[in-house]
Amino acid sequence: MFAFIIRRIIQAVVVMLVISFIGFTIKSQVGDPIRGLMGVSVKEVEREALRDKLGLNDPFLIQYKNFLKDAVRGDFGTSYFFKKPATEVILDKAPATLELVIASAVLIIILSIPLGTYCAIRPKSILSRCIMGLSIVGVSIPVFLTAIMLIFLFSVNMNILPSYGRGDTVEIFGGLWSTGFLTWDGIKHLILPVISLSSIMLPLFIRLIRAEMMEVLQTEYIKFAWAKGLSRKKIWFKHAFKNTLLPVITVGGVQLGIMIAYTILTETVFQWQGMGFMFLEAVERSDTALLVAYLMFVGVLFVVVNTLVDIIYGIINPKVRISGTK
Amino acid sequence: MNKWKKFKESYFLYSFLRDPVAIFSFAVFAALIIISFSAPVTAPHDPYDTKTISIMDSEIPPLWQDGGDSEFVLGTDAQGRDLLSTMMYGMRVSIIIGIGAVCLQAFLGVIIGLLSGYIGGRIDSFFMRLADIQLSFSTLMVAIFISAIFQTVFGSGVYGEYAVPILVLIIGLAEWPQYARTVRASVLGEKEKEYVEAARVIGLRQNWIMFRHILPNTLSPVFVISTIQVANAVMSEAALSFLGLGMPVTKPSLGSLINAGFEYIFSGSWWITIFPGILLIVLVLVVNLLGDWLRDVLNPKLYKG
Repeated sequence: MFAFIIRRIIQAVVVMLVISFIGFTIKSQVGDPIRGLMGVSVKEVEREALRDKLGLNDPFLIQYKNFLKDAVRGDFGTSYFFKKPATEVILDKAPATLELVIASAVLIIILSIPLGTYCAIRPKSILSRCIMGLSIVGVSIPVFLTAIMLIFLFSVNMNILPSYGRGDTVEIFGGLWSTGFLTWDGIKHLILPVISLSSIMLPLFIRLIRAEMMEVLQTEYIKFAWAKGLSRKKIWFKHAFKNTLLPVITVGGVQLGIMIAYTILTETVFQWQGMGFMFLEAVERSDTALLVAYLMFVGVLFVVVNTLVDIIYGIINPKVRISGTK
Repeated sequence: MNKWKKFKESYFLYSFLRDPVAIFSFAVFAALIIISFSAPVTAPHDPYDTKTISIMDSEIPPLWQDGGDSEFVLGTDAQGRDLLSTMMYGMRVSIIIGIGAVCLQAFLGVIIGLLSGYIGGRIDSFFMRLADIQLSFSTLMVAIFISAIFQTVFGSGVYGEYAVPILVLIIGLAEWPQYARTVRASVLGEKEKEYVEAARVIGLRQNWIMFRHILPNTLSPVFVISTIQVANAVMSEAALSFLGLGMPVTKPSLGSLINAGFEYIFSGSWWITIFPGILLIVLVLVVNLLGDWLRDVLNPKLYKG
């Protein structure tokens, strides 16, 4: 087990190094920081002097080493638009995105587990056919379209829910985290973005839970449980459901990471002041420092989530550990 | 003639004719393809021809609403282009990018999958780790990152000019792992079979065995995921264009049309966004339904990932 964890962590470090290398290449190849710092009318000699001072004439690998040193301390340079350290900008925006993801994750879990199990238990009933049919429609609608249609219906036509922004927020943890969960206005602003963000993952989860549960229901020990004469509820919810959850947890963990990607789309539609919206603005303004910082931040987030999920799965299911050694 | 007869008696056609959903989605898909590719001939207006566009015609509602114009059946967009024609041209762009990207993905994925599966060793672990990493980031995220990098490097002018090949490249690079994993999985199964061994024993070259003997036997899963991947590629393209990282508004795809119309939804011009949106959903939906049906018929052991 110990060896397995170590191997996973080494792998995670390697991935982070690769991502940091990509980030560094973007930073060093795109845009000339000297021009930004000094303006046009400065002599070539002075430019060279500053270049030397900032270490821009150093060999590539030494520059990379310096970049890594700064990165470990969380220093990715200054965003030229916000005139603040890029890390600070990202940490400012992170709560908005994370709240969106958390709220959607809760919604997905609450809805997908009962719907998925129902479809598995009664695969031929009309209701489960409807759910499965709707789920393929759901998969086929891009997130931003769901969002636009929701805005069109509830904000433009009916005018009952706000269409952009986060509404009133309250600062908690001494101003580190500004939350929209605590005000009625904030929650009203959350409804539409959360529905659209969950709309892409919910069908996937329903299908996943249904497929896994149906597979489990075919196994020998369930047949044995029927033969023993156990009650239906006990078989479904006690014996079968437990073993359904195992793969669902692994896939689920990874999918939650993937939801970060979809926040870029959702946040753009709703002008939600989170990381995704900021990232797109950074692309438009060619704000390299912010772009690289976002890349690294999301990279760390993904790698940590994936590694944790793998390790948890390894603890629950020993088969993974052993087959991984080969 | 013989092949045609074989096809007529095949299980493939039989199950197709027995499945109304498959027939329906195939018919819709074929109709959409014909409509979009015949656009230069059949479209009532040419949205690329700036001479025929008049800003005075902008934001005309569809025919059945007050102020509709029989010249523009589905209304016009904010620049005064006929929405129906623009959608036909836009769908053509979307389909071209979708199919192009899938060809690139399949090309990369099949070669990498074959090499990893057949040769194994370092090549295998390198490419499969790479695939793991890419998939854990989700293809959309990878595509967004690549296009963001391209856009900062090239500047949006050049990017807009070569948007179609660039998008094909981006989506192709972002989504090859699906193919590579599927092909690798079936190559691993085929490799052990006796016909491969026989081919090796009679001294055929490695490349010949890989491409002429193993490859044809791994194609049915490739077929199945290709359909679903077309839907995915069209969706990715729409997402990128919606974010402003894809097709420019002058040569719109469905995604950039939706993006361009979005700001007008608040002033009541809903049709600029909603019509291309519906078209996009229908397109993706029928391709997905076809893919589902194909998977049930060919029933390959797909790599679940």
